[in-house]
Amino acid sequence: MSEAVKVPTMAEYMAEGKMPEVLFWVGCAGSFDDRAKKITKAFVKLLHSSKVDFAVLGTEESCTGDPAKRSGNEFLFQMQAVTNIEVMNAYEIKKVVTACPHCFNTLKNEYPSLGGNYEVMHHTQFLKSLLDDGRLTVEGGKFKGKRITFHDPCYLGRANNVYEAPRELLQKLEVELTEMKRSRRNGLCCGAGGAQMFKEPEPGNKDVNIERTEDALETKPDIIAAGCPFCNTMMTDGVKNKEKEDSIEVLDVAELIANAQDL
Amino acid sequence: MQYIPNIIFVIILIAGIGYFTKNVRKLIRNIKLGKDVDRTDNKKERFNNMARIALGQSKMVRRPIAGILHIIVYLGFIIINIEVLEIIIDGILGTHRIFAFLGGLYDFLIGSFEVLALLVLVSVFIFWIRRNVINIRRFKTLKGWPKNDGNIILYFEVVLMTLFLTMNAADLQLQNIGADHYAKAGAYPISQFISPLFNGMSEGSLVLLERGAWWLHIIGILIFLNYLYFSKHLHILLAFPNTYYGDLNPKGQMDNLKAVTDEVMLMMDPNADPFAAPAGDEPEAEPEKFGASDVTDLNWVQLLNSYTCTECGRCTSECPANQTGKKLSPRKIMMDTRDRLQEVGDNIDKNGSFVDDGKQLLNDYITTEELWACTSCNACVEACPVSISPLSIILDMRRYLVMEQSAAPMDLNNMMSNIENNGAPWPFNQMDRLNWSQE
Repeated sequence: MSEAVKVPTMAEYMAEGKMPEVLFWVGCAGSFDDRAKKITKAFVKLLHSSKVDFAVLGTEESCTGDPAKRSGNEFLFQMQAVTNIEVMNAYEIKKVVTACPHCFNTLKNEYPSLGGNYEVMHHTQFLKSLLDDGRLTVEGGKFKGKRITFHDPCYLGRANNVYEAPRELLQKLEVELTEMKRSRRNGLCCGAGGAQMFKEPEPGNKDVNIERTEDALETKPDIIAAGCPFCNTMMTDGVKNKEKEDSIEVLDVAELIANAQDL
Repeated sequence: MQYIPNIIFVIILIAGIGYFTKNVRKLIRNIKLGKDVDRTDNKKERFNNMARIALGQSKMVRRPIAGILHIIVYLGFIIINIEVLEIIIDGILGTHRIFAFLGGLYDFLIGSFEVLALLVLVSVFIFWIRRNVINIRRFKTLKGWPKNDGNIILYFEVVLMTLFLTMNAADLQLQNIGADHYAKAGAYPISQFISPLFNGMSEGSLVLLERGAWWLHIIGILIFLNYLYFSKHLHILLAFPNTYYGDLNPKGQMDNLKAVTDEVMLMMDPNADPFAAPAGDEPEAEPEKFGASDVTDLNWVQLLNSYTCTECGRCTSECPANQTGKKLSPRKIMMDTRDRLQEVGDNIDKNGSFVDDGKQLLNDYITTEELWACTSCNACVEACPVSISPLSIILDMRRYLVMEQSAAPMDLNNMMSNIENNGAPWPFNQMDRLNWSQE
């Protein structure tokens, strides 16, 4: 994390009278959470190495409103949405990519009826399309032969039926991809969704992330792959709770691809 | 005198269907207590969903044991109803096995009904074991009326199928001894093994047995029909409209409240007059209530959902909150909604229109602890075999708590004021949003 990366902003692009190929929506976790910032950087490195012409909104980006909406604060959500839409429409944004399934779902499904119509992709879908176009190479490198299990983020999987893109990328890493007993549409939540990330859980006999981490540990993985900064936090905490942090890493799909190439 | 049975039959039939119709009208009235929501779009996709999910049982078989057994009982129910048609015509006209003229086809039909009846008996037996003997959590957690209701339906099936087979066995015996009115017709692959039990019975006793089983069978069916309204078993009818009117959007998409959009757009409009008075002499409109605290704040599809729920508990068994010991159970959300709706409906029946009973869905049925345990992961929605969304009710009730009562948990209030003040759920300055690139 000690190196600066070059990240152009939409404002800079506009000043030069140019339009990027895609807007990278970083999201709050990707901008502020120390763990998630590493994912953001890994994804930016992949964008650079694939020669993708991209920009971010930088200080003009604001929360999509997802946690407010799931909490029931429709008012705050729509205020956020309308403000973000005004910014994006002013820049005439057509295509958006984000590494957060919550931002992805909100931008893709809940912004259109408020006037924000964009082609929205999750970063695993975007990386898959780069791979298909021959712009990105994915090879095993140091992960070759490792046992990896992928945890489906609810807002990518069940919410939007994206199950294959992250798995196809992982397979390219020449790893041993193993499935948990509950996966794809039956995948168990990590416990963070619906704004649970920001509150203490209600009384119960177990935390959801522990239940899910146990699913993952059953597959005896070397690495738990995630596609969501919040799932990443929850699974990392779960692995620590089970005192397995020395033998099992929790990594985002983008980090796996970038690290494999030593980017 | 010879028409007395026909007349009695018609009276029973009219009474049975009449009472059922009365309750169906009540059901429709109750569902219409919900708010309007437009589900008239994409007719083709809706028909496909209904054909696939309700008629084709596509989501039932995701749990193969329960799914396949259910398909047998469901097919039995639908196909044996062709026999009910014959019974009704015979009853009205005083004929016996009026479809017998179909010959070979008739033999085939009666033969398949019998095989299905046996399969239904076997399936129902396994269902009973699953509900009462094997330790299956989603059934074990049912107590009181919902538990009894599930078993009563199974007993109904056993009685109806047994009567059907007894009727055929006695009929076969009568055909074999060449009794009047009992011409050779039909094939009896199952009841031929019951028939020998009646060897040596007089023709009179056999006719009594056959007629007795015939009458009890049709009366049983009419009672069953009328039992539906009081039971979780309404799903055999409502699964069809419920899958038709289901939400077609991606599961992650939650509706944007129109009333809120109007307010937000007004706030964002630089030309809006902040001091605008209502036009002309129009009285000031009642501000719209945000979210749901009672069943009448929900939309009619959510209310239809509650009547369609057959309490199978697949939603609850998939719910991450429930699995980790939280109070939330999506099945209970649906059962509470229906119970409260029924209470509101009864109130209207009694008083002509709804009289405040000091109760509501929130707190009196569903507690805030349940609502705040939800992770909005959609596992319940995915699990439901008939396209019910408990999540949409949970969200609407959270909306009421937050927007009408400001009653969110403290942590969430902090998160929301962070978003309001600095555009992120954590207290970081928006101006620092790109700092990560330099770290």
